[in-house]
Amino acid sequence: MTSTATNPNGSAVETVDRRRPMLFRTDVLIFLSLLALVTVGATVLAQAGFVSTSFVKLLGKTLCLCLAALAMDLVWGYTGILSLGHFAFFGIGGYAIGMWLMWDRTELIVVETLVRGALPPTPLEIEEAIGTQIFGVVGSSDIPWLWTFAGSLPLQLAFAVLVPGAIALVFGWLAFRSRVAGVYLSILTQAGTLALSLWLFQNDSGLRGNNGLSGLQNLPGLDHVPQSTVSLWFLWASALALGLGYVVAAWTVSGRFGSVLRGIRDDEARVRFLGYEVEHYKLAVFTGTAMACGIGGALYYPQAGIVNPAEIAPIASIYLAVWVAIGGRGRLYGAVIGAAVVSLLSSWFTGGGAPDIDLGVYVIKWTDWWLVLLGSSFVLVTLFAPKGLGGFVDLWTNRRSTRRDDLGPDQGSLRAEEETP
Amino acid sequence: MRIVSLIALFLFCVSAQAHAQGGPVQTLLQTHVDDIAKPSRRTIQPVLDDLAASGRPEMVGFLEAWANKGIVQREEDGLFFYAERDGDIYRLRSVEDGQDAGEVGRREATELKPNSGVRKLIATALVQFQLNDPDPDRRRAALDALTRNPTPELLDPLRKSIDGEEVADIRARKEALDRLITIRFGTDTETRVAAIEWMSTQLSLEARAALNAVLATDTVVGQPDSGANIAGLLEVGRDLTEDQALEILAAEDIVPDRVERTERDEVLIAAIEDGAIAGIPVANLDTEDARWAAYGRLVETGDAEPLPDISAVGDLIAANPIYAVFQEPDAAVTDAAQAALQEVENRVLRAEAVDLGLDALSLASIYFLAAIGLAITFGVMGVINMAHGEFIMIGAYTGYVVQLFVPDYTASLVIALPLAFVIAGAAGVALERLVIRHLAHRPLETLLATFGISVALQQLFKNIFGTQAVPLTSPDWLAGAWVVNDVIGISYIRIAIFLMALLFLGLLVYILRRTRLGLEVRAVTQNPGMAASLGIDPDRVGMATFALGSGIAGVAGVAIGLFAQVTSEMGTGYIVQSFMTVVVGGVGSVFGTLAGAGLIGGLQKGIEWLNPSNTLAAQTYMILFIILFIQFRPRGIVAQKGRFVQ
Repeated sequence: MTSTATNPNGSAVETVDRRRPMLFRTDVLIFLSLLALVTVGATVLAQAGFVSTSFVKLLGKTLCLCLAALAMDLVWGYTGILSLGHFAFFGIGGYAIGMWLMWDRTELIVVETLVRGALPPTPLEIEEAIGTQIFGVVGSSDIPWLWTFAGSLPLQLAFAVLVPGAIALVFGWLAFRSRVAGVYLSILTQAGTLALSLWLFQNDSGLRGNNGLSGLQNLPGLDHVPQSTVSLWFLWASALALGLGYVVAAWTVSGRFGSVLRGIRDDEARVRFLGYEVEHYKLAVFTGTAMACGIGGALYYPQAGIVNPAEIAPIASIYLAVWVAIGGRGRLYGAVIGAAVVSLLSSWFTGGGAPDIDLGVYVIKWTDWWLVLLGSSFVLVTLFAPKGLGGFVDLWTNRRSTRRDDLGPDQGSLRAEEETP
Repeated sequence: MRIVSLIALFLFCVSAQAHAQGGPVQTLLQTHVDDIAKPSRRTIQPVLDDLAASGRPEMVGFLEAWANKGIVQREEDGLFFYAERDGDIYRLRSVEDGQDAGEVGRREATELKPNSGVRKLIATALVQFQLNDPDPDRRRAALDALTRNPTPELLDPLRKSIDGEEVADIRARKEALDRLITIRFGTDTETRVAAIEWMSTQLSLEARAALNAVLATDTVVGQPDSGANIAGLLEVGRDLTEDQALEILAAEDIVPDRVERTERDEVLIAAIEDGAIAGIPVANLDTEDARWAAYGRLVETGDAEPLPDISAVGDLIAANPIYAVFQEPDAAVTDAAQAALQEVENRVLRAEAVDLGLDALSLASIYFLAAIGLAITFGVMGVINMAHGEFIMIGAYTGYVVQLFVPDYTASLVIALPLAFVIAGAAGVALERLVIRHLAHRPLETLLATFGISVALQQLFKNIFGTQAVPLTSPDWLAGAWVVNDVIGISYIRIAIFLMALLFLGLLVYILRRTRLGLEVRAVTQNPGMAASLGIDPDRVGMATFALGSGIAGVAGVAIGLFAQVTSEMGTGYIVQSFMTVVVGGVGSVFGTLAGAGLIGGLQKGIEWLNPSNTLAAQTYMILFIILFIQFRPRGIVAQKGRFVQ
């Protein structure tokens, strides 16, 4: 690969992973052990009663967000596609699993009520009662076609992955084949996300309009299991998904496939001239990461308890990009660090955990000022620390860049460089 | 002290007395004192005419009270008063001005009790009063009430009031109401048809309602009588659903009534004996088919009402044709009404198309104003400024703050527009110098960094001005709307925004085509490297375009704030729309942005018109359309050409 000379980061990874099996690479090992430590630690502390259920849930949710950030890093940090729509896939995953959770639980409740009647309930009666229960809030009792398979857990689980994948496939195919790239693609993905969220906001979308799906924290038929236990199950499931996701992502970016991706990021035209089907690579990454986001969402929203169209709004996807940027693009652990640090800090600040600062004339309440801090620190990171928090790891491992004017991993978007003949 | 209060009491009594006797209303009433005290249908009309001829507005209140038994005549002097019964006394109020006029015992005054015939005449006279009221607004209110509830008796006073009517729109409404009543209550075919034909030149909802009322139908099963005015045969599948047909037939007892599932279940539950219904165990009734089967057995044993035979519905309907018959027996009238309705609907459709065009134009000018600043900065610097929406917001808040200090709305607007340009422009320059310049040639990072600015600015303004929307009030001369007819109308603010968009279009075209700066801007847009080597300072040009683009966004913010809510989040609503406009139109071109704004505004209004209940869906479909549009014209409507186009 000719990129060895021009891209020291890529070649460094390449030489290491050729010799050692995936699981024993340093960063993967460190990451997996830390993840295990956090999960086991939280479990032990929760069982001992030192941390609350809500904290366990917060941790579990954070791990899901890290998975989404990992996907975002693959598509943006490694392939150079700034997608402002990946959080929509996350939300779709949540909707898919939420439909089953809501349907099945409502069915149990409805049947319980109906069997007390004089006649045993018919399937039609049960369906109508579910319809009234679920869609009463949007003034309807008909069951939309979207809910045809809502009673089936395996199918809805499949949809949580396949629907984001299918949408990403169609959207990506349309966009990449007409060579939409750079900021155009970003805006297009943002518009698509906006379209999806506006559609969901309607009451007759069939997904309960702006009410969204709620009560997702209650697993059907498991009412006797306390939430403290359920939260631990989800923490483990999220940790497992993130661990697997990390290994798969590390494997993806390490081989020849990963080199092509970085090549596309750094200079798409040259990769195309070398004979690679750039569009296929981009489409594969775009679709695969969308499916990963779907999995993350399917695990996240049962812990959050509610999914509504506001979750899918473009701003959420932009935050996803912000996490990755703050953590450090183009390195997998960077994305995880960014998502974990920013989302945990965010809940600490907005949840009133941070102490107010009394300036004498004005009291800074962090619930009001957190977004100002986040916005400006984000600008500062972009301006002065393009490597993000991951840059600290470089200081520690002494993995210095050979080029003084290295602009971070995103050189591919340098217009000036593209223009050099 | 006591003397003073005595004098005051004396003065009060004197003045009350003077009120009671002296006024012109009382004087007029006293001239007809006997006819008013004991009215009869034959003698009352001249009195009412005389009262009406006085033209005094106080008469309206008197007539209303008179018809509602709220007037008494005091025995001792025969004067009339408004009165309220309170136990054994009447509380009196003067007929002149409604002032308190003391009280009398129940037996010292007589309540006037006009009979129903007289009351009807009074009501008609009252209408006449209201229709001739000197205050146009009260005439309009009276017309509103009469249009809602027209009666044949109105026709006479209405026609009398038309001649003296001087306000054009009220006169037109009176004439319309005249026709409306003629159509509904007229006695001979010719005048009714003439009135119907006149209606076909109208657009109003009342006209359509009047014509629809003429065309109301009843359904008749079987061949109608020979004299009936038949509207047509109702066919199942085209005019009726099968269920509706069954319902009509059931109402005529041709088929048994439908049995709803709830009724069936009630019958079944009532028939439970020893855990079984007609021999079927209750536990087996867990499907719809099983329940209907059990019900069928109950029908056989005579314990339940029979069911309609669904399989024979087609034959039943063929044997019993269902006709729609006009309630109006006169075929000439219904024919004329059908033709007139068709004509009215065509007119309404045409007017709606014009109205839609105006709406689209106004939306397009808003999008143009919001997007043009973005288009030039995007064109020159190749970066997307996500904080552009926040410049719109800054402009709107500038207008709000100016109004806090300058209470006169016209003056504050005159101050706010240039001030918004300066402040938003300065913010734009600051953003360009502090952030965007340092991220030169990294468009994706610029996008995200400006997004950070956008988040911070929104929250900052929320902290300063609160989460509630703040008012930005337009001056009175902008408040109304230009109403062409019942369908076409556009508010003056939107016209002003349209003019403002035209002004900025002209200004920008002038700057870009005729000034040194414009030349440099175009050069940098086409090829920054070449422009720089020819001695143009791209940084200076970038800063100037940023100032210009952000300034226009600020001005647009003031304009948008005049009709939309001013909140810290108002920018986000426009940012994606603006990008769409720029991308669809073609980057870096004023006319491209104009075309994009026109396309998007027109499209959005068009989709809204097709599905008016749902503006959210309109936006969704529009965005999907744009995504597809980009497939076919990735560089927008007005595409830039050249080797170095990115």
